[in-house]
Amino acid sequence: MSKKSTEYLINRGDNQYEIVIGLEVHAQVLSESKLFSTSATKFGAEPNTQVSLVDAAFPGMLPVINEFCVKQAIKTGIGLNAKINKRSVFDRKNYFYADLPQGYQISQFKDPIVGEGKIIIDLPDGHKEVGIERLHLEQDAGKSIHDLDPQNTFVDLNRSGVALMEIVSKPDLRSPDEVSIYIKKLRSIMRYLGTCDGNMQEGSLRADVNVSVREKGSKEFGTRCEIKNVNSIKFMQMAIEYEANRQVDLIEEGKTIDQETRLFDTKKNETRSMRSKEDAHDYRYFPDPDLLPLEVSDEFVNKLKSEIPELPDDKKKRFINEFKLSAYEATILVSDIEIAKYFEEVVAKMGKNKDMKLAVNWITGELFAVLNSKNLEITQSPVSAKNLAILVNLIKNGTISGKIAKTVFELMLKNDDDPQKIVEEKGLKQQSDPKALEELIMYLDQ
Amino acid sequence: MSDITKQSLTELVESIKNKKLSSSEVTKAFIERSEKSKVLNAYITEDFTSALDKAKKFDQKPNLDLKLPGIPMAVKDLFCTKNVKTTAGSKILNNFVPTYESTVTENIWNEGAILLGKLNCDEFAMGSSNETSFFGNVQNPIDKNLVPGGSSGGSASAVAGQLTPITIGTDTGGSIRQPASFTGTVGLKPTYGSCSRYGIVAFASSLDQAGPMAQNVKDCALLQEVISSFDSKDSTSIDFKRSHYSKDLTNNIKGKKIGIPKEYRVDGMPKEIEDLWQKGIEYVRDCGAEIINISLPHTNYALPTYYIVAPAEASSNLARYDGVKYGYRANGENLIDMYEKTRSEGFGAEVQRRIMIGTYVLSSGYYDAYYLKAQKVRRLIKNDFDEAYEKVDAILTPSTPSSAFKIGEKTNDPVSMYLNDIFTVPVNLAGLPGISIPAGHDAKGYPLGLQIIGKAFDEQNILNIAFAMEERINFKNKITDWWIE
Amino acid sequence: MSIDLKTIKHISKLSRISVDDQRAKKLVGDLNSIFDFIEKLNELKTENVKPLTSIAETTLKLRSDEVQSKNIREQIIKNSPQDNEDYFVVPKVIE
Ligand SMILES: [Mg+2]
Ligand SMILES: [Zn+2]
Repeated sequence: MSKKSTEYLINRGDNQYEIVIGLEVHAQVLSESKLFSTSATKFGAEPNTQVSLVDAAFPGMLPVINEFCVKQAIKTGIGLNAKINKRSVFDRKNYFYADLPQGYQISQFKDPIVGEGKIIIDLPDGHKEVGIERLHLEQDAGKSIHDLDPQNTFVDLNRSGVALMEIVSKPDLRSPDEVSIYIKKLRSIMRYLGTCDGNMQEGSLRADVNVSVREKGSKEFGTRCEIKNVNSIKFMQMAIEYEANRQVDLIEEGKTIDQETRLFDTKKNETRSMRSKEDAHDYRYFPDPDLLPLEVSDEFVNKLKSEIPELPDDKKKRFINEFKLSAYEATILVSDIEIAKYFEEVVAKMGKNKDMKLAVNWITGELFAVLNSKNLEITQSPVSAKNLAILVNLIKNGTISGKIAKTVFELMLKNDDDPQKIVEEKGLKQQSDPKALEELIMYLDQ
Repeated sequence: MSDITKQSLTELVESIKNKKLSSSEVTKAFIERSEKSKVLNAYITEDFTSALDKAKKFDQKPNLDLKLPGIPMAVKDLFCTKNVKTTAGSKILNNFVPTYESTVTENIWNEGAILLGKLNCDEFAMGSSNETSFFGNVQNPIDKNLVPGGSSGGSASAVAGQLTPITIGTDTGGSIRQPASFTGTVGLKPTYGSCSRYGIVAFASSLDQAGPMAQNVKDCALLQEVISSFDSKDSTSIDFKRSHYSKDLTNNIKGKKIGIPKEYRVDGMPKEIEDLWQKGIEYVRDCGAEIINISLPHTNYALPTYYIVAPAEASSNLARYDGVKYGYRANGENLIDMYEKTRSEGFGAEVQRRIMIGTYVLSSGYYDAYYLKAQKVRRLIKNDFDEAYEKVDAILTPSTPSSAFKIGEKTNDPVSMYLNDIFTVPVNLAGLPGISIPAGHDAKGYPLGLQIIGKAFDEQNILNIAFAMEERINFKNKITDWWIE
Repeated sequence: MSIDLKTIKHISKLSRISVDDQRAKKLVGDLNSIFDFIEKLNELKTENVKPLTSIAETTLKLRSDEVQSKNIREQIIKNSPQDNEDYFVVPKVIE
């Protein structure tokens, strides 16, 4: 079987079905204040304490747009190799919901700020280009809390009006794994750009997942269902699997698939129809008369272009060329901006006579193992880049053996001590007294 | 005392500045007259006690450099006023007390004026006779059972009846100019973007403008000077150089080119209005202005366009009244049930009708045929004016196709009610400034107004023309105080 | 074109305003006469006309990213028909 590792087909007897997936990712813009108001966006505040008169839609309140959010959207667009639209329009999407105080969401419908672009994702057997349909700016809604009271729903408007980028992919994804890789790549790009922190636990990144199925080889698209607001990669994958199989079953039974909005029930691991939203599904978009068209100049865009940092794809190329890393190693090291930063700091601190391979091994081996077991981010690493660089150099110049280095590393974990000092204090240089080593091991055991 | 309320704003400012009158005396006089005028139903909320307090405070430390020093003033109940109930004439906001102030009223208080109370208006400013208000009809001081026009009906009635020396209204399709015309007062709708919409209960965002309503042009100019400001809290506010409308006011309009649009001669327009218009033409000619016949070919399409655009925007603007954050709430079994009952009980019939029209024209399958079409025609209407203004400096038309009508006369026929705004609506669609001045009376002795439409941001010019005409017209409002025993 | 009872019921649903049959019937009449009047626009050819969305023909001004609004929960909740000091309270949402 020469099956590609991310290929995913559903088999029913002789029939083979392919899944077609498109994502509408909602990424919270990293900004101090909201898209159209001056209230704070901090996560975890007490309910309704970050709500202005504008956010709660008091009579006569008007939206005024946040320049930084516009810049963030354009930067993201640049990072997605996308067309920046110099003129975009804000529309109202009208519907009633308890956590939508205006009775409409300000969004961009016909003329988004960013047009078509693409993301390259790395698959085990090569690259794949995933098309970006558009990116637009819109307001987040508040939060409805249904489980605090049996009769009532509680409404918290802290999120109401927070800026979101809705990033719509083309239906180019074909498996749950591809979705996972795509989301991670998108998240990585935005974190490099500093436009979204990508924190899925805090809801900074959610997605509506559009799923359809078709017989393998078919060029036509099947009827799609939209699974709303899924907030983890694992749930997205589970939802896709469930939904695709449900659709295949319907086709196999000769039934038709209704185009509809569905909800993923994480407890039952199934998707179900959201009928109640369905009956009011005419959003009556029209240009928001409280806002004028948004126009940005070439100058404005070019200035932002000049501020774009090296992004993962370029960094990876550079790591391969400059540091002679393998594609695999480079992919891991650029996957997250903080890991890349750490690695580059280690490289810088190692100085001239450096062993790149050794540094990579220590980071992706020992260090990652520690981070994993302690459930830490690299930014919380108990060993600083500087000290790890010293340690690698000690091995490289033959001061200590690889085996002793592991012992030293263990010691470094406590207070991020300088390995040089540890080696000296404990007398751990090569061919050193075995007794000293023994003592050290006893010390570690305590 | 009664002398005080007969004075114009300019006279009152003069008297207070010269210390002939105190703010307390003036405030008291208008309160007393307002108390005797309950029959007019001009007020929704009276704030008299606190007005007297403020007047006293003003008198203790009077700042006479201000433009409205200690002047009491009632305002349309569409402006949010801090700690004073603001209803927009609706049951759905019956108990709403804002914690904030609209920019326009803020500007007024900053110049030393004092809030007397909140004036009646059509519900959410949707109406042309003040009959859609949840708080009842307003009587026109001109005659019993006569509508004052709308939607700023309470404002017009209060100025004409001298319950307030001056006031502000809002104008979305004629809501300042038509009631001004019906009550023999002066009303200015400024250029769109000239006065901030911040803190004004929205009806139709692309059309709404606040503006002054006064007894004469000079007062009107003075208040316009106060309320017009660039406001960063309103994204549609425009930063242009505003003139000193009252200081720069002049009756010299020699050489000005005044356009007379032939399309405003509508079928069925009473002869007395046609005659009045002719007289107006003669007046401006007498002042040395040049009369030029022009054409605004899409005039007849303005009302249908307006009755798509305004309800569409309103249907969305009024979605926030849902019983969740403020205002009236009806009990419901679940959220949707609560919404539907709240909005059904909280909004009156006309508002519901317009929300329905607006919802319909935006709904899927109809957007292009109605809303998009209307936006295109709106451009044609604006283009008409742009072309005309290549040849003329201002345009003179009647303000309304008739004088004030009786209460109840048009309530059962929405279209005939809408036709009231036939001359005023194009001005809103094109975002232009327009002023209505009283120009004569019909056979019944009811006032009739003429409208001067200006180029965008050219308020000064139409105020000047109005000022020059006012002198020649020498209009006297026939008010008998019939409502005061 | 003509608006029927079904349409009225549909837009009443969309606009979240319940109307009883009597009002719905009245609305059918009202809206039809209003739309008869609106249909006048069809006399005009507008294929090549650019729609006018905002009369203020300038572009959007941008504000800087500063937090100015503080915690005003009390003010925000003060006017609400039902709350529990922390949250707005509404009847249960039925999914
Ligand atoms: Mg979606
Ligand atoms: Zn969205």
